[in-house]
Amino acid sequence: MNGSFLDNLGRVYGLYTGGFFVFILLMAVLEQMGVGADTIGLLFVGFTIFIYAAIGWLSRTMEVEAYYVAGRQVPAVYNGMATAADWMSGASFVAMAGGIYFGGYSYLAFVVGWTGGYILVNSLMAPYLRKFGCYTVPDYIGTRYGGNFARILAVIVLVAASFTYVTAQITATGTIAARALHIPFSFGVWFGLLGILLCSMLGGMRAVTWTQVAQYIVLIIAYLIPVIWMSNAQGFGLIPHFTYGEAVQTITGLEAQYGLTAPPEGVAGMKALTTPHVEPVGGLAEWQFVTLAICMMAGTASLPHILMRYFTTPSVRSARKSVAWSLLFIFLLYFTAPALATLTKLQLLDPSLPTAIIGKTIEEVQALAWVQNWSSVNFLAIVDHNGDGILQLNEFFMREDIVVLATPEIAGLPYVISGLVAAGGMAAAMSTADGLLLAIANALSHDLYYKVIDPKADTAHRLIVARVLLVVIGAAGALMAAMQLTGILGAVAWAFCFACSGLFFPLVLGVWWKRANTQGAIAGMAAGFISGSVYLWYVYTGGTPILGLNDLRFGIIGMAFSLVAMVVVTLMTPEPDAEIQRMVDETRIPTGMPILDPH
Amino acid sequence: MSADYREIPQDVRDRYWAKTRNLTVVILVLWFIFSIVVPLMVRPLNEITFMGFPLGFYMTCQGSLIAFVLLVFFQNWRQDQIDDEFGVGD
Repeated sequence: MNGSFLDNLGRVYGLYTGGFFVFILLMAVLEQMGVGADTIGLLFVGFTIFIYAAIGWLSRTMEVEAYYVAGRQVPAVYNGMATAADWMSGASFVAMAGGIYFGGYSYLAFVVGWTGGYILVNSLMAPYLRKFGCYTVPDYIGTRYGGNFARILAVIVLVAASFTYVTAQITATGTIAARALHIPFSFGVWFGLLGILLCSMLGGMRAVTWTQVAQYIVLIIAYLIPVIWMSNAQGFGLIPHFTYGEAVQTITGLEAQYGLTAPPEGVAGMKALTTPHVEPVGGLAEWQFVTLAICMMAGTASLPHILMRYFTTPSVRSARKSVAWSLLFIFLLYFTAPALATLTKLQLLDPSLPTAIIGKTIEEVQALAWVQNWSSVNFLAIVDHNGDGILQLNEFFMREDIVVLATPEIAGLPYVISGLVAAGGMAAAMSTADGLLLAIANALSHDLYYKVIDPKADTAHRLIVARVLLVVIGAAGALMAAMQLTGILGAVAWAFCFACSGLFFPLVLGVWWKRANTQGAIAGMAAGFISGSVYLWYVYTGGTPILGLNDLRFGIIGMAFSLVAMVVVTLMTPEPDAEIQRMVDETRIPTGMPILDPH
Repeated sequence: MSADYREIPQDVRDRYWAKTRNLTVVILVLWFIFSIVVPLMVRPLNEITFMGFPLGFYMTCQGSLIAFVLLVFFQNWRQDQIDDEFGVGD
């Protein structure tokens, strides 16, 4: 099956994409025939999860190489798609456009950071780690710097970053499953976890790779269709991306006309629009933008679930190629998000459009179906502060993360589109959760269990340990998610900051500075991770942020300490031996055998 | 350690790495401009209108992103050339 499947990838995924479009059309027909919105949402989410689970089952394996690195056979373009799905989480899909809607310029730091980071991945990391031939990121640290202590430190940073992140993703799957299947959130979380484990448990990296490709196709279709539809309805042409400049200017004009004044009284968990769409606010705006962007970019280049995707390609050259494809596939969604935010805002604000609500009577607005739907679940609120019966800009409150989900309804699109968007959000959250769970379980099973605890373990034993860990960590993540400690977006930014604090410099300097040694790497990981965590604790418990570096940007502090500690300690201790220096030389040349022997 | 280590002479390795490093530096300088310098200059750039957008806003939501995509494909094209020039491609 394996050989013929790899030869026919184009046909298989072409057929799959065609089949998905047929399914969308079928749902549209059912909607016309009077099938309810809830049933359609349930069919969308249920059908797509069933497909992913089927792919997971077909990709089951008992081989170590297939389980950890998909047999190193994934072609560059498909690895690009899988990375894009691995990368774009529930936060990117559900929360990003909403963030831009409410945050304007300041929020675009995520868009720049989450794309620009791939330049760092391509320039500094992916090709060299691929040449190394490792199974996991701590595997690289452990071999390049030698010694179990460095390896275990890398595992600790990896687990801290990835676990923070995976909790947010399981929360997102729980939210969507709860809405689509009409079950309580705490059940939704476990249901989401079940779907995630079905994709990854039997086939490890191989299964996750091929489900992620399928999930990318669903999520990108689900993101683009509503935007293109709205754009055509509003006269911005087939592709709105290059033509919505006029909408941006209209919004700036309308903001001046309506006035961006803070509401006299807020609504818990929701926001009114008070930030201009275009102009940066306050003297620190640019500084805050670049510090956040730097954390997100360095985090991108240090997050193990992303780096390990580039271990699955057949060669160094194809690893580089697949970074480029990843960025292109991610770019498709990220340069659409600001267009979505802009067009949705225009829908609500522009009095010349039939969908506008600002300036209408409150009675009229409250009669709209989508306003009723979302306010009934407390995701939206209307408060007539000045009591004039007319809806002002600061009297309309929404939760940030419903902008994408509610957009099809706001724009008056058929319900089939809402169902599609729910399936897309589910695909985004599941694919990221899968990659993260696998990164954690693989690091623990390979680096901790096999390399440190029981180096004589046989293949069957190692793969059983890997799977048990996958279930245990997934369950721990679901338990955390059910407690709802942090919001989706905050947790994601923290994960990036943890990763770059502890891992960025030890990884980069391992390739780019031959002199870097074990002691330096240990100091770099420990100093970065500890200083970052302490600073996070300081600002999170109410400390005044230094230089405007709040809890989303603690990676700046961590990285600074990490770099200084690593360089100073390295220079104070002897240089690495000739064997390690030869290893670094060898890492820099694409040709030749991998550094690590096949396990 | 593989046999290749001895097959590729040290001076070829050094020249290959010097070229690779120079390419990387050029790419990172351009990356720095689009990801750091441009967002820092957003206010003056917003005075300019580009395709109907204020330019600073345009760059942060689209322009820099396009630059990143072009950069990464250019880098790979050039790196492949360097690999082939020294016969170290895989």
